[in-house]
Amino acid sequence: MRLNLTVNGRAMTADDVWEGESLLYVLRERLGLPGSKNACEQGECGSCTVYLDRVPVCACLVAAGQAQDREVGTVEGLADGEELSTVQRAFIDEGAVQCGFCTPGLLVAADDLIERVPEPSDAEIREALAGNLCRCTGYEKIMAAVRTAAERSGGTSGSGSSAGGDRT
Amino acid sequence: MTGATRATSPGPERIEGHAKVTGTARYAFEHPVADPLYLHPLRATIARGRVTSVDTTAAERVDGVRLVLTHHNAEALVPIGDPELAVLQSDEIAFRGQLIGAVVAETQESAAHAADLVEIRYERMAHDSDFRDDADIVYTPDADASPMLSPDLEEGDVDAALADAAFTVDATYTTPTEHHNPLEPHAVIAAWDDDGLTLHDSNQGSHLVRDLIAPLFGVDKERVSVISPHVGGAFGSKGMPHGHVALTALAARHTAGRPVKYALSRTQMFELVGYRPPTRQRVRLGADREGRLVATEHDSLEQTSRFKQYAEQSASASREMYTSPNRRVTNRLAALDVPAPTWMRAPGEAGGMYALESAMDELAVSAGIDPVELRLRNEPEVAPVSGLPFSSRNLPACLREGAERFGWHERDPRPGVRREGDWLVGTGVAASSFPSLFFPGSLATIRHESGGKYRVEIGAVDIGTGSRTALTQLAAEALEVPVEAVELWLGSTEQPHASLAGGSAGTASWGSTVVEAVRAFRTEHGHDPVSGAETTAGAGKNPDAGEYAMHSYGAQFAEVRVNADTGEVRVPRMLGVFAAGRIVNPRTARSQFLGGMTMGISMALHEHSVVDERFGHVVNHDLAGYHIAGNADVGSVEVDWIDEHDPHVNPVGVKGIGEIGIVGTAAAIGNAAHHATGVRVRDLPLTPEKFLR
Ligand code: FES
Ligand code: FES
Repeated sequence: MRLNLTVNGRAMTADDVWEGESLLYVLRERLGLPGSKNACEQGECGSCTVYLDRVPVCACLVAAGQAQDREVGTVEGLADGEELSTVQRAFIDEGAVQCGFCTPGLLVAADDLIERVPEPSDAEIREALAGNLCRCTGYEKIMAAVRTAAERSGGTSGSGSSAGGDRT
Repeated sequence: MTGATRATSPGPERIEGHAKVTGTARYAFEHPVADPLYLHPLRATIARGRVTSVDTTAAERVDGVRLVLTHHNAEALVPIGDPELAVLQSDEIAFRGQLIGAVVAETQESAAHAADLVEIRYERMAHDSDFRDDADIVYTPDADASPMLSPDLEEGDVDAALADAAFTVDATYTTPTEHHNPLEPHAVIAAWDDDGLTLHDSNQGSHLVRDLIAPLFGVDKERVSVISPHVGGAFGSKGMPHGHVALTALAARHTAGRPVKYALSRTQMFELVGYRPPTRQRVRLGADREGRLVATEHDSLEQTSRFKQYAEQSASASREMYTSPNRRVTNRLAALDVPAPTWMRAPGEAGGMYALESAMDELAVSAGIDPVELRLRNEPEVAPVSGLPFSSRNLPACLREGAERFGWHERDPRPGVRREGDWLVGTGVAASSFPSLFFPGSLATIRHESGGKYRVEIGAVDIGTGSRTALTQLAAEALEVPVEAVELWLGSTEQPHASLAGGSAGTASWGSTVVEAVRAFRTEHGHDPVSGAETTAGAGKNPDAGEYAMHSYGAQFAEVRVNADTGEVRVPRMLGVFAAGRIVNPRTARSQFLGGMTMGISMALHEHSVVDERFGHVVNHDLAGYHIAGNADVGSVEVDWIDEHDPHVNPVGVKGIGEIGIVGTAAAIGNAAHHATGVRVRDLPLTPEKFLR
């Protein structure tokens, strides 16, 4: 099929697409946008998280045909030109990036969280990001980065729970 | 929240951070290449036997298929002694999942579809993949055959000392098969042209890949380029090139220069890129009335593969840890028809210290001595085996500082007496240790570009540890210029030869190399070098090597809650205090410790590759079945370190921090779970049913 979609605000087209292949494959192998990562292909790790019509999805679980005429947002579209988004900046400042393979998906998920919940508590952050696996950082720095990003976006961040207060 | 921040500056931010957050950092599979083809492997569906026939007719008819490769049409490789790399060289099958062919096609989907259509028939032979202590399969590896192996140890009379000891422990601990699961699957793009082979490869050392792949194909090393600018985690699984690299390079022989791309699926990673082998460890300890060890015995039985030997050597963790006049340390292997294990973060130490530090806790309980105090009483003056002085050993400082920070002195030692609602609450401690290694033979080039800007090149790799940033800092410091004046290049064979990222030795080995190369540069070109002035040099031999025992240490503290009704185990709080020499960049270092400890929590609570002996494979072979700790599994994790100046360990005073964070974590959690419940679970992972009885 010929696939028409908008990615990061730009109209894009891919030809000879088998409608059963994943949106992730289309982005990475056909549209030259390998920012979204493939780490499990089964919706378990969140590395491939992108916006589909402003809703975060695992691009590995979306069939190419389902993206026809829709709007996709990827990590490559988070920054405004040279200007990093708040979440991107916070991830660098807090040292939340190690190998960086989980980072693109986490950034989209975190961006979405702060958009929906401007002042997330620690429990809300952990819950919202529970589907984004990271094998390197141990999550502490990711938590710090999301708190910082929320704070800089105007919220007060994490104040709803006590320090380290993630007890079950 | 967590992580009491220290007064020190956080250190420069990660140099490639911008590229990683914008999605522009290119990992192996993402290198733009013209006109690529995609590879899908054929893999054995039996655990032992041979391939008797292959019918590729249907596969070859699939639209877009360019090649079906099997042992019939694969070219002969040069035997270099690594069975993992000798792919498609015969019809023999040594483990289930083994690479036995490949389909190469215009898209990933068509390659996968065609691979399904290849008809393979086998002659099946009886296999054995049941890990157990059985004379038929168990042997002691020949320590003389490899410098990586340490011989068994026998000192004094362990049995007599145990018979006379005031307190004894005799316990057997087991650890399961675990898989590294870096987030980035192993991936490679292979292309041959007139100049030779180019590999964009996800690895822990591009030079090592070249050093093995070039002779495998019988070509000069100069004709193989390996490029690996960004690696999405590795943890040992990318230390040695595995069969997929050879397979992809073999396939690319047939594509007239078109690059062949192959990224393993998560499931394939459970059979093709190594794992931490399961262990069964018996520890016997004897102590006098004061809790001083009079006898230490540690025997470890570990799985290896008949296909390729790997010795984890978990018992060796007990060699240099505590003083004890009578000691026996033995490592044995059980050889099975399974894939080859390999190094996984803190190989030997992660499992070995789990057993030793759990046994120390059991000793503390039976002797009625505080577990922190028990460890302090068994501190050796000199390294117990070699008799060498320690270059520095600050385990007591870690234990004391950690106890203070954790609030240890308020602890009631009685197990199973604290309950908050449905949760039984306890705390535990364990020591950690990891050898400080140094790999010789790396070279760095220092070049003055112009106007005080320097270019530093070293064929090292950054697998996410922060080595690019730490090496830039060390170079800038040695050059006495700001960090911004140094441009560091690493990750490929275009740069001078460097050792692999492993053994927590990266910053120590490469950092020393960079610093020595700067010295050589200054000697040659002075402090006002002309533009283009350049020197390539390496680190000489450390005069203190062999004169001192060199290790990093740490103390791990855990609070654990076990649900009284369901047995669910949670770890709301952990603290690790480490003594690991100089910390070059606190920002990236903290993440390394935190990441190690979190992998330790994951090892303690979740990770378990379940083998079905009937078929010889791991059944939970994906991230749905093999759980690694997610954000919601982790509570507060704090990290701190002792300022440690070690003048002996290497020219930069760095001991290595990549692995020690995982060491001791599972023991601290298991000890805390016992303190919470009174139930001593000796088999990892600590899953709920083990606490219900
Ligand atoms: S790659 Fe899509 S969730 Fe893992
Ligand atoms: S930074 Fe490596 S997986 Fe998260």
